[in-house]
Amino acid sequence: MNFKLSTEQLEMREMAMKFAKNEMIPKAQEYDEKEIFPENEFKKAWELGLVNTCIPAEFGGAGFTALDSVVIGEALAYGCMGMNTSFMANDLALLPIVIAGTSEQKEKFLRPFTEEFKIAAFCLTEPGNGSDAAGIKTTIKDGGDHWILNGSKMWITNASKAHQFVVYGTMDPNLKHKGLCAVVVPSDLEGIVMGKKEEKMGHRSSDTRSIQFENVKVPKENMLGKPGEAWSIAMKTLDHSRPLVASSAVGGSQRALDCVKEYSKQRSQFGVPISKHQAIQFMIADIAMKTEASRLLVHKAAWLLDNGERNTEVASYAKAFAADSCMQNTTDAVQIYGGYGYSKEYPVEKLMRDAKLIQIYEGTSQIQRLVIAREVLGK
Amino acid sequence: MNIFVCVKQVPDTETKVQPNADGTFIETTSIKWIMNPYDEFAVEQALLVKADNPGSTVTLVRVGGVKDTEALRTALAMGADDAVLVEADDNLDSYTIAKALKGGIEKAGKQPDIIFAGKQGIDDDALQVPQVLAQMLDLPAVSVIVGYEKSGENISVKREIEGGALEVYEVSTPCVLATNKGINTPRYASLPGIMKAKRKPMQQLTLADVGVSEDDKRLKYSDFKLPPEKPPGKKFDATDEAKQQEVVAEVVKLLREEAKVL
Repeated sequence: MNFKLSTEQLEMREMAMKFAKNEMIPKAQEYDEKEIFPENEFKKAWELGLVNTCIPAEFGGAGFTALDSVVIGEALAYGCMGMNTSFMANDLALLPIVIAGTSEQKEKFLRPFTEEFKIAAFCLTEPGNGSDAAGIKTTIKDGGDHWILNGSKMWITNASKAHQFVVYGTMDPNLKHKGLCAVVVPSDLEGIVMGKKEEKMGHRSSDTRSIQFENVKVPKENMLGKPGEAWSIAMKTLDHSRPLVASSAVGGSQRALDCVKEYSKQRSQFGVPISKHQAIQFMIADIAMKTEASRLLVHKAAWLLDNGERNTEVASYAKAFAADSCMQNTTDAVQIYGGYGYSKEYPVEKLMRDAKLIQIYEGTSQIQRLVIAREVLGK
Repeated sequence: MNIFVCVKQVPDTETKVQPNADGTFIETTSIKWIMNPYDEFAVEQALLVKADNPGSTVTLVRVGGVKDTEALRTALAMGADDAVLVEADDNLDSYTIAKALKGGIEKAGKQPDIIFAGKQGIDDDALQVPQVLAQMLDLPAVSVIVGYEKSGENISVKREIEGGALEVYEVSTPCVLATNKGINTPRYASLPGIMKAKRKPMQQLTLADVGVSEDDKRLKYSDFKLPPEKPPGKKFDATDEAKQQEVVAEVVKLLREEAKVL
């Protein structure tokens, strides 16, 4: 048993935190307000090896472990949860290829991401299907020498910026999860129509849109696994992606904690800094406690993965606990700042808006509880 | 070219410094160490010179404690090629450090063309080591440089002087150049750089290996203590408009007689 990160992991965290503080935090508020996509920050992060952490070394990646990637992810989310959503979406869209791709597919669809700065997007959710992923309506039909892709996708992160999509569809909606397929779709294929940019409560710097696929001819060799196998690919992907998404919530919580530590010492009421008031101390203690507990769950979920053990249950603990804690922690941060916390002059209201999404995407906090209950009670 | 960079490890700028038990230095057990910020400019400049001169190497030399080698690892992760670490206490004086650096450079087994260093360490702020080292090696030295350019066989450097003016020097190599803020923007250590750093060679030496003994120490530290706490400021109540004149007169009087700033 060892709770200590390695020297290298500590250095990675240090470096990623430096990047978050110097490159992300100074831009976060403006990008949020004006909905500016963090193109420059994304590219700089790519140059420094901070993104696409899931690509294995044999296909040009740095060979990071899952634990490495959540350590880095937490630091980037500390800089801005919204920008980190754009960065992280690359990993979400590359993971199915890492998990289910053949060597040729990995060579073709992963390696280019290590050679130049490219953006990817993951397309699962539809206007009528979110949590009920098996109810997908998008169809992938055999068109002879290619697949024909038809349907619409919703809430797609990085949509209009992406060079490559992974799209989930079904051979036949009646087959439910047994009919699911996943294909890699280069963004320059004909028939891909971008919807308008969504105006969101938080994560406003990330580009979120609907996408329409109209008779898109996808090369036969772009299917991941066999037709009908995509459900299990999706489930395995979630085991990897949930700890990563949860790490973003830990970053947000840590930021909230650092903000209230600083503010409560300089804000005075009743003649003393508010940090001397027990009511405030208790809230700060709760934030600190939940942040550390979230981090430990995230690290454990990643550690299990790195050690080849099943992590589905712990990954859901991590995702739900870290996201719910981040929501509570950022809400408390606004409370501690009082009126100033509600103002855009201070950073905590954005943290609160950004935190909300982490309870929703990559499996809502309620879906995580369903997964946990199923694991705990048996099927 | 054989480029050397002298790197110092200093307490993080946010450290709350405390004297140690016997008052001979600061308490270092729980300190977070970082690379001296001025040395980051030196490392970056060395890497820029290396990029312009293919086949060059950047060798780091550090004198100090070995429990934590944060500064060297950071610089190796930024792109330096190898390092020499001379194990020593962290409270050596400038003369001893310079002598140990000289020994470390000689032990590296290559003739230096340029030796970079930060203009000062942010811990004791002595601003001496680069010049003392240059003297010991009998090399020209320029400190507080904010500009670097190749000038034929020589190097043209700009150095900042009081009042914001610049002096321009043309220096022959080998030489010692001590960098100031503004000369460049130090790069981040990339993550692949961090992974590679641990495989880069680091030669570890003792002070005896580099010919430094107790007799070389020019300074003996004693009686480290924190500065006396500042007395609390005086507050004046000027909410009552009728009394404002009086309060102002009182403030002016105290500023003149007690604080003696008027």
